[in-house]
Amino acid sequence: MVGHGYIQSVTNQAAQAVSESKVSGSAPDRRAIVQIQGVSKLFDDSVAVNNLTLDIYEGEFFSLLGPSGCGKTTTLRMLGGFEEPTSGRILLGGKDVTYLAPYHRDVNTVFQSYALFPHLNIFENVAFGLRRRHIAKSDVARRVGEILEIVDLPGFEKRRASQLSGGQQQRVALARALINEPTLLLLDEPMSALDAKLRHQMQIELKRIQTQVGITFLYVTHDQEEAMTMSDRLAVMRHGVIEGIGSPKDIYDSPTTEFVATFLGASNLLEGQVTESTEATTTVRVAGGAVITLPTERLPRGLSGSPVKVGVRPEKISLIASGVEVGRRNSLRGRVLVSTFTGVGNQYIIELPDETRITVYAQNIGDDTAPRSGEEAILAWPVEHTFAVVPMAGASIEAESES
Amino acid sequence: MSLSASEIAAKRMKKRHFGRMVLPTYSWLVIAYLVFPIAVMIVYSFNKVHAGLQMVSFAWNGATLQWYHQWSNLPGLTASFWLSIKLGIVSTLIATVLGTLLAIALVRYRPPQFRGKTIVEQVLFTNIAAPEIVMGASLLGVFVTYNIARGFLTLVLAHVMFSVAYVTVTVRARLAGFDRALEEAAYDLGAKPMSTFRLVTLPLIMPGVLAGALMAFALSIDDFVTSNFVSGTNAPFPVYIYGATRVGTPPQVFVFGTAIFVVGIGLAIASLFLTKKD
Repeated sequence: MVGHGYIQSVTNQAAQAVSESKVSGSAPDRRAIVQIQGVSKLFDDSVAVNNLTLDIYEGEFFSLLGPSGCGKTTTLRMLGGFEEPTSGRILLGGKDVTYLAPYHRDVNTVFQSYALFPHLNIFENVAFGLRRRHIAKSDVARRVGEILEIVDLPGFEKRRASQLSGGQQQRVALARALINEPTLLLLDEPMSALDAKLRHQMQIELKRIQTQVGITFLYVTHDQEEAMTMSDRLAVMRHGVIEGIGSPKDIYDSPTTEFVATFLGASNLLEGQVTESTEATTTVRVAGGAVITLPTERLPRGLSGSPVKVGVRPEKISLIASGVEVGRRNSLRGRVLVSTFTGVGNQYIIELPDETRITVYAQNIGDDTAPRSGEEAILAWPVEHTFAVVPMAGASIEAESES
Repeated sequence: MSLSASEIAAKRMKKRHFGRMVLPTYSWLVIAYLVFPIAVMIVYSFNKVHAGLQMVSFAWNGATLQWYHQWSNLPGLTASFWLSIKLGIVSTLIATVLGTLLAIALVRYRPPQFRGKTIVEQVLFTNIAAPEIVMGASLLGVFVTYNIARGFLTLVLAHVMFSVAYVTVTVRARLAGFDRALEEAAYDLGAKPMSTFRLVTLPLIMPGVLAGALMAFALSIDDFVTSNFVSGTNAPFPVYIYGATRVGTPPQVFVFGTAIFVVGIGLAIASLFLTKKD
């Protein structure tokens, strides 16, 4: 039920500029239900969230993605009313809620630990919010029944939380929050306690429920696969700022920073210098001397003169036999270092002459010409699948994506 | 000579079996040692007494239920017993409320909001460790100096004073494992702080609060040292008994003692079931 029309690729360099310049202006047909305006949060001397500006639209499934300590949970807690921003404003449905207590905001939360009340049965857990609003008894019973139906736990009213499995507890936590029909539902890494298989099921389930109830979801996670599977839009956070924002496809296909390119999926990145930039295409000379072409729209603004890293996703690269016409594609020559059969495909690690290593995924489509370890290979990929990112300052990536 | 494999095994089993018996047997011996005076009390509460002299003697004169029938024949003893019960209930209620709030403060707050927290903790510890006789004597000094008439009020003040720390320690242990997200969840669902305390926090720390209350009551009901200093003309049960035994123990004392023991056992079993449910 949520369209993607308002989503645009993000092309500017500075993270703050990303959120300020692009997001709000791009959706005239959508109402920003949550407006985070220049919010910072300091704990003692450390900055958890740094001048964050972000709009979340009515009815969308939005994810905040990032490694631990990136400020995503602090942002969620400020929206829930559990932390007060050090500066900035938070608007909910146009109303300033920056300093409003959690019990006065129209926001509900699914906690990481679920936080189900152990002394109450499932019915009383789910009915807790309605009871606080003095809803008539008969309505409470009906609505609890309905919501338990939606989360696929009919007839569980009399049980206790401790008698339920992790997945079931999570559904109860979801039902307990959703029954209040909040303007915004916050989900704080709700799947981190589930095993991989159940997590996958719950992702699909959660997306179905969100579509069914039409409530705006803000989902916080460090799992990039989870964020991509469910989100209409997502923001990648690092060190308290948003480094990239947009639809999963846009962020995946044209990441703007090295961190986003490596945290969200895998990327091959080559250091280089922009040599020429026209309206349509830009060329970058990489360390080994080769020249790589990319669409200019995939070059973060303001990078034309400075060092960049050009990138390509491992699945976009084809290995071609020497002598075959490369055409308009980018190409590099290397030697196969490792070739691993993974069932659905082959994973190669190719070493370039300057010892840079490139990862390639080739789908298993019955092609027997796969090169073996030690053989020469030519890597080729279309210009339009090439992007450039802002190199990360010095430090390596502290958290790898999990999948 | 040689033993068959099965014989060796049997011997080993026997040895091992004996080894396994040592500690359990030892435990029962310790228990017997502990229970002995109580058993004597219970048994002799059924003992007949020589006519005329209504005092406990430890010569067995035959069984009787006489003292159970005449349990309230000594007005002073009965009055002191009810005074102790009343004192126990009142001081337990006060100490439980004070101690629970103190425990919450100690677990939830730290400097700078809670300045001098470590001092508060030290004082609590001192309160538990301090010899009762010192506390009793100094309290008496205070009451006399400020001309406060000794009676029920002074007893309550004193009993609350020595039981608060125990309640705090017990409730605090329970609070230490408390998931704060549960309170946040309650806020999140629209419950204000007072409702959250009533609907979520209190029910969850209740086992700790009850255990603390039970301890406070147990401390109050058999306190002698402090009570002896601060009681007025109406002495609570232990103080009365102390006075009575100097002339000779009336058999009713054993009846009351037995009754208290039975109730105590009952409470202990009840608390066992209460905490097991968790």
